[in-house]
Amino acid sequence: MIRRVLLFIPVVLAIALGIVLFAGIGKDPNHLESALIGKPIPVFSLADLQDPEQTHHDDVFVGEVSLLNVWGTWCPACRDEHDDLVRLAREEGVRIVGLNYKDNRDLALEWLDKLGNPYALSLYDPQGKLGFDLGVYGAPETYVIDAQGIVRYRHVGVVTPEVWQQTLEPLVLQYGGEG
Amino acid sequence: MLRVLLVVWSLLLSMAALATTDVYPFDSATEQERFRNLVSELRCPKCQNQNIADSNAPIAKDMRDEVYRMMQQGATDQQVTDALVSRFGEFVLYKPDFNQRTALLWATPLIAVLGGVLVVVGLIMRSRRQDPSEKPISDAERRRAEALLRDREDGD
Repeated sequence: MIRRVLLFIPVVLAIALGIVLFAGIGKDPNHLESALIGKPIPVFSLADLQDPEQTHHDDVFVGEVSLLNVWGTWCPACRDEHDDLVRLAREEGVRIVGLNYKDNRDLALEWLDKLGNPYALSLYDPQGKLGFDLGVYGAPETYVIDAQGIVRYRHVGVVTPEVWQQTLEPLVLQYGGEG
Repeated sequence: MLRVLLVVWSLLLSMAALATTDVYPFDSATEQERFRNLVSELRCPKCQNQNIADSNAPIAKDMRDEVYRMMQQGATDQQVTDALVSRFGEFVLYKPDFNQRTALLWATPLIAVLGGVLVVVGLIMRSRRQDPSEKPISDAERRRAEALLRDREDGD
């Protein structure tokens, strides 16, 4: 009797393994959750992209829910999402803070001139200091930051209209409603 | 021929030397060793199957720089890894800390070994149990077999 029960152990193990592996199908291993979710944006002090004399601190995120978009002119995917960001800023009135990451100021200004500037504010981070503290591992990355300056979500990759509608907009509305 | 080989060999060696010295000067060999251990145990978030020592992604270089900077300031290994985990998450550790989330991960080898031991013990016990109780063939069968063999020998 016991022996017959034992015979089923391999089947049970195989099914358990199957379930575990099946759960992993379709998950993107490159998609990492930010370690900063639920934590305040790291302390920083960075120059403005347009005006080198002006310095911004982490309090620029206080008061209104914002998107923080990490970009650079060296990043082709940033070009892909740029038109959508411009549309979001102009038509939907989303506050987007730009973090120009490991880039060159002149190239960045030229890019914004030519393609439009969706950013309410542009931080200039040529050494990637804030980027490193945020755990940025590939531009473009877009963070949802609530009105208290707490990081709520990170999207790695291009912000397509679908990503906005399905993921980012609900979060912006949720945290915007609270603030 | 030998000379050519020697030249090739010394060229190869010099390349290896270049690759390992990198650009991080240390005061002592132990510090150098500590650095090498740290960067080999930290995983690159961009190219996920490489450690930050092997990866040449910009982010891996930033992480090496940070490890070096913190070590120069006298940080312990734990402080260095904590600083990187707080930014990039536990993902960067090839050896994650033991906690509720990683308990199953750490326990898997133990579970597998215990399972194997159980199977072996079960097999041994079963074979022991069979030995005394039931003989491979009964006495009657043995007698018949012997008789058959005898008949055959007689026939030849």
